[in-house]
Amino acid sequence: MKYLCMIYVDEARLADAPADHVATVEGACLEFADTLQKDGHLVASERLAPVQAATTVRHRNGHLAITDGPFAETKEQLGGFYLIEARDLNEAIRIAGAIPPGEFGCIEVRPVAPLTVLSGGGDSCVT
Amino acid sequence: MTQTPDPRLRAEIETIYQSESRLVLATLIRLLGDFERAEEALQDAFATALAQWPQHGVPDKPRAWLVSTGRFKAIDRMRRSRRHDTLLAQLPEATSSADDVEVRADEAVEDDRLRLIFTCCHPALDGDAQVALTLREVCALTTEEVASAFLVKPATVAQRIVRAKRKIRDARIPYEVPGRHELPERLDAVLRVVYLVYNEGYSATSGAELVRVDLCAEAIRLGRLLQHLLPDTEVTGLLALMLLQSSRRAARTDAAGNLVRLEDQDRGMWDAGLIEEGSRLVTHAFASNHVGTYSLQAAIAATHAAAAKAQDTDWHRIIGLYDVLLRLEPSPVIELNRAVAVAMRDGPMAGLALVDAVLARDELNDYHLAHAARAEFCRHLGRVDEARTAYRRALALTRQTPERRFLEQRLAQLHPVQREVVSNSVAAERPSREGTGRSAKRRT
Repeated sequence: MKYLCMIYVDEARLADAPADHVATVEGACLEFADTLQKDGHLVASERLAPVQAATTVRHRNGHLAITDGPFAETKEQLGGFYLIEARDLNEAIRIAGAIPPGEFGCIEVRPVAPLTVLSGGGDSCVT
Repeated sequence: MTQTPDPRLRAEIETIYQSESRLVLATLIRLLGDFERAEEALQDAFATALAQWPQHGVPDKPRAWLVSTGRFKAIDRMRRSRRHDTLLAQLPEATSSADDVEVRADEAVEDDRLRLIFTCCHPALDGDAQVALTLREVCALTTEEVASAFLVKPATVAQRIVRAKRKIRDARIPYEVPGRHELPERLDAVLRVVYLVYNEGYSATSGAELVRVDLCAEAIRLGRLLQHLLPDTEVTGLLALMLLQSSRRAARTDAAGNLVRLEDQDRGMWDAGLIEEGSRLVTHAFASNHVGTYSLQAAIAATHAAAAKAQDTDWHRIIGLYDVLLRLEPSPVIELNRAVAVAMRDGPMAGLALVDAVLARDELNDYHLAHAARAEFCRHLGRVDEARTAYRRALALTRQTPERRFLEQRLAQLHPVQREVVSNSVAAERPSREGTGRSAKRRT
């Protein structure tokens, strides 16, 4: 059985945290991923860019409505995910727009941000 | 800078800055792959020009010189940075030589301008940020000018721009002109930004706006630029619409700042040159077989402009154009405008029936012009009580001072029952910001 563990972060708290503490948590992240990998538990793990980099794609009357930000309504719940490789946001939007269950809600497109963005060095959480 | 160039050279550099800085920026963004870095490079390039041109003279191709100097300075900055390897690896054209860059900068300049416009108006950016970014990067307004034009704090505008640039970078919004498949929708987004800018300028009331940047002029300049770079039917239509609306600008308010309805305007004050140009563009747009909402709105404006006197207006044609517009983009605001035109042709009873039908669907209940139109129709039909209720409802929903004054006057004049030619409500003179209802639909 596979399980998706979703990390919900208070971005303001993260932004206010001292840099060395954030670096410690990031280091712990990498170690944890290593451990999971050794134990055969890890399928994939990624850090996401902050919501400011999010774009929402929604089907509307046969068109794609594209908006800035995460605009899932409160009645819309996370129903699944695709981790895709795309050249840029335009290609990502094109792919997201074709995801079949999009008609029941919306698709939030968020870049994966390797941990290097925060720490300015080191490797990403990708395994 | 160690020395001050003589005033004539300084003026020449200033002129070159005016005409070239946006072009240089547009190309530098492509070459450096980043807005911030390109802006820094642009400043560096002009600082270098101020230092070097007094001795060496102005180069033959100042733009190409500025591009390659800016690029060189930026790469130099990156080399000195702690993370230089990562930074240099991000350069889109890391290997091209300085000569190559110069030649291609000259050839690609128009594409670069379009890339810049499409990137600033990318639908994945916040709507307000699209407007701010376009005015800042494409029109070269300062942050303070954008802020004063939209009556917000400069810090707010600055933050919108910073956030937008960060999003462009972090979400990797590409610096490109969209391909054929995406072009129609992406162009729509660009035209919406231009028309938003125009309407913000057009709906500004007199007095306070003396200090405001002329957003109408900026929007028209953008429209002309787009028309030159991408002569699409709807680009032509939007430019025509803005020119035709501008032709009535002087006649739209009286000396006291009160709104003057279309039918009461002194048509001698309409700008014949703008009408001529706008009408010619409408004809041009209609020569293609896929006119869109802007071309249709422009055609309506051109039909009004063609009437020397209000009673000469070709209402049949206007209603026909509204019919097509409604089929293309159903919107209660357009239905309302059509109802006013129908009232002009067939009398207030016909108009009232149409407005009531829209209101019955509960769609424009909070839209002051719907109640203002209803009030006008009732007034003409001698239904004073209903007119009074509708005027009051309209007043309660309006914040703009000139419109409030207009409605208050109407309300005060209600007592003596009048029967006169039905007046064209303010709605006909306001395809403005509600326009085709697009901006209102944004993000719903």
